[in-house]
Amino acid sequence: MMINKRHGRLAAVAVAMAATLAATAACGGSDAPATTDGTKAADEKITLTLQTFGGGTNFGYKAAVEKWNQEHPNVQVKYNNLTPDFENQYWPQMLNWLQAGKGAGDVIGIDEGGMGLAKARPQFFTDLSQYGLDSRKADFPAWKWENGVNTEGKLFALGTDVGGMAVAYRKDLFKKAGLPTDREEVAKLWSTWDDFIATGKKFQEKVKDVKFVDGLNTWFNVVLSQEAAKNGNVSYYDKENKLIVDTNPAVKSAFDFASKVNEAGISAKLRNFQDPWTAGMKKGAFATMGAPGWMLGVIQGNITENGEKPDQGKGQWDVAAVPGGSGNWGGSWLAVPKQSQHPKEAAELASYLTSPEAQLLAFKEGGNLPSTIPAQDSPELQGAVNDWFSGAPLGEIFGPSIKTLPPIFLGEKHSQTKTEVENVVLGMDDGSIPADQAWQKFIDEAKKVAEG
Amino acid sequence: MSLHVDTDRTGRAPAPPRGSRHGRRGSKGRRERTGRFDLRVTPYLLISPYFLLFAVFGIFPLGFTLWVSLQKYELAGDAEFAGLDNYIKLMSDGDFWNAVVNTVGIFILSTVPQLILALLLANALNKRIRGRLFFRLGVLIPLITSVVAVAVVFTQLYGRDYGMINWVLNLVGIDNIAWQNEKWSSWLAIATMVDWRWTGYNAIIYLAAMQTIGRDLYEAASIDGATPRRQFWQITLPMLRPTIIFTVFVSTIGGLTLFAEPVLFNNGTMTGGSNGQFQTVAMYIVEQGFRRFEYGYAATVAWMLFVLILIGVLINYALVRRIGGGSR
Repeated sequence: MMINKRHGRLAAVAVAMAATLAATAACGGSDAPATTDGTKAADEKITLTLQTFGGGTNFGYKAAVEKWNQEHPNVQVKYNNLTPDFENQYWPQMLNWLQAGKGAGDVIGIDEGGMGLAKARPQFFTDLSQYGLDSRKADFPAWKWENGVNTEGKLFALGTDVGGMAVAYRKDLFKKAGLPTDREEVAKLWSTWDDFIATGKKFQEKVKDVKFVDGLNTWFNVVLSQEAAKNGNVSYYDKENKLIVDTNPAVKSAFDFASKVNEAGISAKLRNFQDPWTAGMKKGAFATMGAPGWMLGVIQGNITENGEKPDQGKGQWDVAAVPGGSGNWGGSWLAVPKQSQHPKEAAELASYLTSPEAQLLAFKEGGNLPSTIPAQDSPELQGAVNDWFSGAPLGEIFGPSIKTLPPIFLGEKHSQTKTEVENVVLGMDDGSIPADQAWQKFIDEAKKVAEG
Repeated sequence: MSLHVDTDRTGRAPAPPRGSRHGRRGSKGRRERTGRFDLRVTPYLLISPYFLLFAVFGIFPLGFTLWVSLQKYELAGDAEFAGLDNYIKLMSDGDFWNAVVNTVGIFILSTVPQLILALLLANALNKRIRGRLFFRLGVLIPLITSVVAVAVVFTQLYGRDYGMINWVLNLVGIDNIAWQNEKWSSWLAIATMVDWRWTGYNAIIYLAAMQTIGRDLYEAASIDGATPRRQFWQITLPMLRPTIIFTVFVSTIGGLTLFAEPVLFNNGTMTGGSNGQFQTVAMYIVEQGFRRFEYGYAATVAWMLFVLILIGVLINYALVRRIGGGSR
C-alpha cells in the first residue's frame, strides 16, 4: 500500500514535469524561428515565419506564399495567421514578443491602428533601407510609404493593402424583404446614410428573424473613415498625439450614426471579429455588412471555411456602392522585427509580398486592395470580377476610388483607444449602456486610455 | 519533526572521553566536526530546493512587482519612478472597484453553493450505496477537463442566438437572454462554470476527511437515538472543520484570482462585457498591463489583489472557525 502510494506520487510528479516540459517545448517550437544558428552556410535551408492577423482569408497570402516557396527552395516560408482580432489579441501579444526579444516572426503584419506605436519604437524593427528597399518608394503613394518610416527617419515597414469602401449584402434576404437585388438598384436605395437606415427599417418590417446590419461597430468604423477624410484626416488623435475624441466632428458623426442604427432596431448586435459574429455570418443572421476591400475576403473566407468549400454560399452575396462616398478603413504594413535571425531574407520576403505582383494575388484571393500604384493601375484590378460575390465587378466598384484614398492619421495610442471606445458602442448595441449616457462614457473611456 | 529528534539524540549521545587519547584526537575531532556539520547543514540542504524555488518564483516576482508598481512604466516603452502615484490613482479608480465588486460577487455566488453542494455530495457518497466507486470517480471527472474547454463549451451553451440554454428557455416561453449583458446573468453563468469544475474536487476532499471519522462515534450516537441529520450536524461537520477551512482558503484564492472563465466568456477579451459587467481584478490587471500597456499600473493592481486575498482569507478564517460550535 505504502509503495503504491509512493509510486502514485512519483508518477504524478513525473506527469506534471512532463506536462510542463511539453508546454515549454511547444511554446518554444511555435514561437522561435525554426533555425537559430545565424552562421549557417548560404545553401542551407532556412525557414522564415510570417505572422499576420485577420478573419477569413485575412492577408490573402496563401497563393503568394506557395509561389515563393516553389521559387525559393532554401528559404521556406511558414505562414501563420494568428487571430482575427488585431486590437485585443494580436497586437498585445506581438508587443510582448517584441519587448521580450523572442517570439515574433521574421515578417509581421501591422494594422494601421498599430502603426503609430510601431513608428515610435524604432528599437524593435530592422531598418529595411540597408537591404536596398528604399528603391521601392516609387511603387507607393506618398502617404502609404511615409507611414512606414519611423521617428528616426528609417524605413521599417512596407504597405500591403488599402481600405476602400462598399457594402456587401445578401441577395436572397433582400429578395425575401421585397427589396431589389441588382447592385445598381440596391445602390440607389441608399444614396445617403438616412436612406440606408430607412431601407433597413423597410427590410425589418418584412423579415423578422434576420437583422439588417451585423452590429454597430462595423458601421461606426465605416462612417468614421468617411468622415475623418472630411475633417482634416484625423481620427481619435491629432497629429501631435493629443486626444480629440470630444472635438473631432468625425467621431461624433460616426457615433451619432451608430446611435441612429441602434434606435432603428436593425442591428443583430454582434461584435465584429468575434466568434458569434463569424457564426452569425455563416448562419445568415444579418443582411448587410460595411465592406472595405479586405472585408470581402473575411466574408468569403469565413463562409467557404478558408476556401475548403469554395462553392459554399456562392452567389448569395453581392457588393454595392456605399452611401457617403469612399473611405479608408484598414490597410496594413509588413515589418521585420530586429529579433529576426535572417533579416536579409525577411526583408526580401516583405518586399516580395508587397510587390504589385503579390498584391494582385492577394487581391484575387481575399479582395485586399493593393496599395502599390502599378497594381492599382493594372488591368487585372481595374477589370476584376468576383464570381463568388455574384460576379460583382470589384474593379469598377473600388478601382476609381483607391488611388485617391485619404491617408488618415492614427495616433500612437489609437489601437488601445479604439478597443475602449468600440466597447462603449458595443454596450449601446447590447443595451448594457443606456443610449443617452453612451456618448459621455465614450469620451471618458478614451480619456482614460490617453491619460494612462 | 524528525529533524528535531535527530539533533536531540546527538545532543544526548555520550560525550567522548576528553584528553585520554591524545593521539587520535585530531581525526576524531574532524569526524565529529563533519558529523555535526552533516547534521546541522544537510537537513537545510535537503529542504533548500523548495526555498530556492520559492525565492525565484515567489519572493522575486513579489519584489519585482512592487518595484514596477512604483513606476510609470509603459510596456515596450519607458519607465520612470512615480512613487505612490499609482496607488493613489487606484484608490479612486472606479473601474478597479467595479472589478473588485465583480470578483467578490462571482466568488460568493460560486463558492457558497459549491462548498455546500460538495458537502452534501460527500455525505451521500459516504453512505453504503450501490456503485460507490463509480460515483466517487464520477464526481471527479469534471476536474480533469481543461478550464478552457469548460469555458468554451459553457460559453456556447450560454450563446445568445444559438445557445442551448436559451433554446431550452424558449421551450418554456422565455425569450432569449443575452447572458453577457447584465451583471446578474453573467455572474450566474460564470459561477456555473466554476462550480461544474470544482464541486467534485471539494466533495472528494470532504469524503476523504469523513472517512477518517471513527465509526464508533456514529454508533454511539445512533444508540443514543441521534437521527442521521443530527449526526451530520453534531459529528460530521465539527470533525470536518480543518478540512472545510482548507477548502475555503483554496476556494478564496481561486475565486479572487478568477480569470480564464470570464475571459473566454467574452471571446478572449479582457473588458468583461461592454460595460465591465464581469471584469474580474485579474482581468483588469491584464487589461492595464497588456492591452493598454500600462505596466506599472497593472503591477499596482496586482499588489492590491494580493492584499485583497489576504483580507479575504482572514475574514473567511474568522467565519469558518465558528463552524460546529465555536473554537476548540
